[in-house]
Amino acid sequence: MSTMEQTSTRSGATAGSVLPALVPWAAAALLLIALPFVFQTGSSLTIMNQMAITIIFALSYNMLLGQGGMLSFGHAVYMGLGGFFCVHIMNWVEYDELYLPLPLLPLFGGLFGLFFAVLIGSFSTRRAGTVFAMISLGVGELIAACSIIIVAFFGGEEGVSGDRTMGPEFAGLDFASQQEVYYLTAAWLLLSAAAMYLFSRTPIGRIANAVRDNEERAEFLGYSQRHVRFISFCASGFFAGIAGGLFAINYEILTEENLNLVTSGGILLMAFLGGVGFFIGPIIGAIVFTLLQTVLGLYTEIWALYVGVLFVLTVMFFPAGLTGLLAIHIQPIRTGKIGYLYAPYAKMFLPVIAFILSAAAVLEILFHARHAGVGEEEMTLFWFTFNSQSAMPLIVALAILAGSFYLLRRFAPELREAWDEASHVESRR
Amino acid sequence: MSLVLVNLLDGLVTGLLLFMLCSGLTLIFSMMGVLNFAHASFYMLGAYFAYQISTFVGFWPGLILAPIIVGVAGALVERYGLRRVHKYGHVPELIFTFGLALLIEEIVQFFWGKSHMAFEAPDILDFAAFSIAGNAFPAYKVFMIFIAIGIFLVLLYILTKTRVGMVIQAALSYPETVQNLGHNVPLVFMGVFGVGTALAGVAGVIAGPVLGTFPGMAVVLGSIVFVTIVIGGLGSLWGALFASLIIGWLQTFAAAYNVGMADLLTAIGFEKPIDLSESAVRDLWTLTLPQVGPILPYLLMVLVLAFRPQGLFGKRET
Amino acid sequence: MKKLAGALFAAAFAGMASTAGYAADTIKIAFIDPLSGPFAATGNQGLAQYKFAADELVNKNGGVLGKNFEIVAFDNKISPKESLIQLQVAIDQGIRFIAQGNSSGVANALTDAINKHNRRNPDKQVLFLNYSAVDPALTNKKCNFWHFRFDANADIKMDALTDVIAKNQDIKKVYLIGQDYSFGKAVAAAAVKFLGDKRPDIEIVGNELHPIGKVKDFTPYARKIMSSGADAMITGNWGADMVGLGKAVLSAGFKKPIYTYYAAADGITKTFGADGKGALKLVGEGQLNPPVSDRAKAYAMAFKEKNPNVDIGQPRITNVIEMLARAINDAGSDTDMVKIAYALEGMEHDSIWGSKIKMRTDDHQAIQNVHILAHTDENVTHDFDNSGFGLVAETTVEMASADSATTCKMKRPKS
Repeated sequence: MSTMEQTSTRSGATAGSVLPALVPWAAAALLLIALPFVFQTGSSLTIMNQMAITIIFALSYNMLLGQGGMLSFGHAVYMGLGGFFCVHIMNWVEYDELYLPLPLLPLFGGLFGLFFAVLIGSFSTRRAGTVFAMISLGVGELIAACSIIIVAFFGGEEGVSGDRTMGPEFAGLDFASQQEVYYLTAAWLLLSAAAMYLFSRTPIGRIANAVRDNEERAEFLGYSQRHVRFISFCASGFFAGIAGGLFAINYEILTEENLNLVTSGGILLMAFLGGVGFFIGPIIGAIVFTLLQTVLGLYTEIWALYVGVLFVLTVMFFPAGLTGLLAIHIQPIRTGKIGYLYAPYAKMFLPVIAFILSAAAVLEILFHARHAGVGEEEMTLFWFTFNSQSAMPLIVALAILAGSFYLLRRFAPELREAWDEASHVESRR
Repeated sequence: MSLVLVNLLDGLVTGLLLFMLCSGLTLIFSMMGVLNFAHASFYMLGAYFAYQISTFVGFWPGLILAPIIVGVAGALVERYGLRRVHKYGHVPELIFTFGLALLIEEIVQFFWGKSHMAFEAPDILDFAAFSIAGNAFPAYKVFMIFIAIGIFLVLLYILTKTRVGMVIQAALSYPETVQNLGHNVPLVFMGVFGVGTALAGVAGVIAGPVLGTFPGMAVVLGSIVFVTIVIGGLGSLWGALFASLIIGWLQTFAAAYNVGMADLLTAIGFEKPIDLSESAVRDLWTLTLPQVGPILPYLLMVLVLAFRPQGLFGKRET
Repeated sequence: MKKLAGALFAAAFAGMASTAGYAADTIKIAFIDPLSGPFAATGNQGLAQYKFAADELVNKNGGVLGKNFEIVAFDNKISPKESLIQLQVAIDQGIRFIAQGNSSGVANALTDAINKHNRRNPDKQVLFLNYSAVDPALTNKKCNFWHFRFDANADIKMDALTDVIAKNQDIKKVYLIGQDYSFGKAVAAAAVKFLGDKRPDIEIVGNELHPIGKVKDFTPYARKIMSSGADAMITGNWGADMVGLGKAVLSAGFKKPIYTYYAAADGITKTFGADGKGALKLVGEGQLNPPVSDRAKAYAMAFKEKNPNVDIGQPRITNVIEMLARAINDAGSDTDMVKIAYALEGMEHDSIWGSKIKMRTDDHQAIQNVHILAHTDENVTHDFDNSGFGLVAETTVEMASADSATTCKMKRPKS
């Protein structure tokens, strides 16, 4: 599938270019260190922690989907199991049955995730495609259902909770403050991301790509496709378990929600939105999705509808995801032909914004008109306050929608032409 | 004994309802290779459309109109959504239908809100058809059985006796050849998808009053439907029927009999510990059959896939 | 209605970067409950009641300490994880009062997190006003000083319900069925205990749990209940599980009382309609029908006029607002949580719904009248779902379980 080939074709770090390859990692580290100085409140730290955990989880998911071509509907299981195990360890540490400094905890979550990945992967990775997807769905449902039944380990519906501050101090830190937890999470994020990146550069990571693209050809080259999938699956389970451990440290509680289909589906959405063909794709997906979920949810009740629309449109029109959308501009920039695109982009900019906003306005007005109480006909949208029961606002919004759609249709051929022009060099090579 | 008979009948209703969903899904899969994740969402749409129609003109017009609307919606989804995604491959197709399921649930909530809809069975069927040892069997369920069997017979007739059926049968096994023979395979695809989703719509209309019409109704049924066709063998109509009935009865009987794990463990020679509160396996001892009933189909599916990936009746591997 | 502001990043991060604790001219109460997803109907119902109660009972009377109450809504999507994030956002906005009720699982996560937060941040302590989560553990094993429960917990409701059942000599066999999780188990355990104490002759012919939210057809369960020959059934089911179970049992021909905790409002009353009449009973606090006073009637009328599609499904919310206002007034501060908590515990209050409320000091459990309410369309002044059907009080147990024991061992800060 053409969308997934970018990972393998992009050049990796060869011996001579180690230094330039390190630049993005150093920049990421600096950014992670600097972020808490910009966003200081507890809630922004909480959201950044959530993002960091989601990024590790999404990257581990992409080891399956993007790099190995395995579509999983039950990846939350490995993160959840790792997390549950970590909360239990946290409690053992609290009651002095075990000695373990908190920063090492995620490692054990990872090992537990790995353990289950070995167990389940031993039969689920025999085939790729639909069989794998269905087994992952079945196993996911089974373990999520078990979490309610097996109270001894999963704590039933209310889950298992612990207290991260009760362990031995580590370098004078007791991890009571959000900031300390943030730096711990960030360190694990950097470490795991680097490890996963390196994994994708190892021979086995490369062969995983080959198996994804053509099982038979890889088999002829002498690689057991099943073996390759199994290794990727186990590695993926390990990193998902690390994410689970970090979740345990952050929230100090794990519940059934960490294992169920909603979480598994969510990570699929994120990875795909970001772009499964790129290493950085799931990172972007996780950031955008967390922001959408947390921030959009503050402003509108129908945030999930927007996410659904965005997702379906992405699958239909940009199967390479947000990263893919950005990546197609690299070629024109390299050849210096990006200039062709400036004018049509500038022309499209306002209509696109108007189109998105007016479409959202139509939905919001309809929703409000249908579900608001008496005496609450007033609604405020984009700093305008009006009566949602009257036809006027809807007509205005629809008119803007139609107008911007017309403009988009008119400008579209121009953009297409500019694209042909900008990417012309490539086709001649 | 009479209770066994009642449970057999109840399980039959559940199984046939499941079959109405599975028959469409398995047809779609065998034609297009797409496991339609959103199939149960079309079932939900059927129930909601019929409810809306019933508030204007009553239940019966809804039984006809709602599935047609659902079928048209399905055909449009195939034409403008799925066909576009098709060229990217099977995994994006699966992801597309997964996203579509989420989207349809949101759209339903957008229009109808989150509460239960008061979708009622028609008054004419609101009586007990017969009763077995004090257990009333509603006339509406008899009606459900007849509708389902009727659909199965019509489907069987179309697939085996008509020209369209022959094309579909041929396309099941040799899609390329059929295309080469000059048949308009994309049109057949669109038709099969439309009919398949319309069947799900029928199931929604007749299940809505019994199982409740609410935004979660697709999720509750959703994954069970794939499980059923995977167990039955993807693409096999008989397999779908067989698996649907098996799962219908499995779930009914699992819920009906309180066989406890404790009985089983004692029977094979284990001794129940006196103090269970601290034992790590305490949950094993208190487990009962109704508790695990709903997850049995998943267990069955994982076992089937691990040992016979083509399903019980399937000929091709998935 | 929430505003759809423009740029995401600007709005989000500008809001977050601003430091907490700015001088507030209102007293904010964070309402953390599901406002989207499958349980949104109940969440939105609670939110409408909070907003109305704050305006009607506090703000119209001049507020508290010269400040108005303001309800700030946070959507937790009924997820414990999301609830903890929203709790943090609320605390950052300087909100010190947290109201939550849907799902004991979320309440367990919140009470734990709030307890830890208050220990780790003594300068930014918050109070947890639990108006609906009824898992007994919250005021027993898991109790803490910051948590106050305004609803009668599952044990108290069962105590009241079994008082009524004990007096009914027609009932010889009872069937217990519930969802397989902490609350369902608590209901079953309490029923077995109280029935055993009060009417040892009653036979419990069925005591089972079914998977929560996973059963699509309750017919097999209904068959079992029918064949057990039960004279009554008790269930703690809610949401779709309540509707599914109730419909299956009724259509299987069950004509005996069905005692429930949550078979009303949010579409459920309308769905049962005439089928449920004479069978469905609900145990709960807050008597809407017949109205206890002109004030109660006027309040319910005014609420309905403002929210024609929402019902007063959780009457206790007025008690939360009124008692909190009194506690802040008594404490003379809206920031000293320790003082307010001490003012709230032991408080006695006359509810608008006719009951006396006592916030028990030992475990922060509100003791109040509990009613057995019948689903009917007769003598209904305030119906649910605009269906003509509503809940009418049949029996009242005064100050239910006032002297019940608690295992709560609360650690109290110095006042």
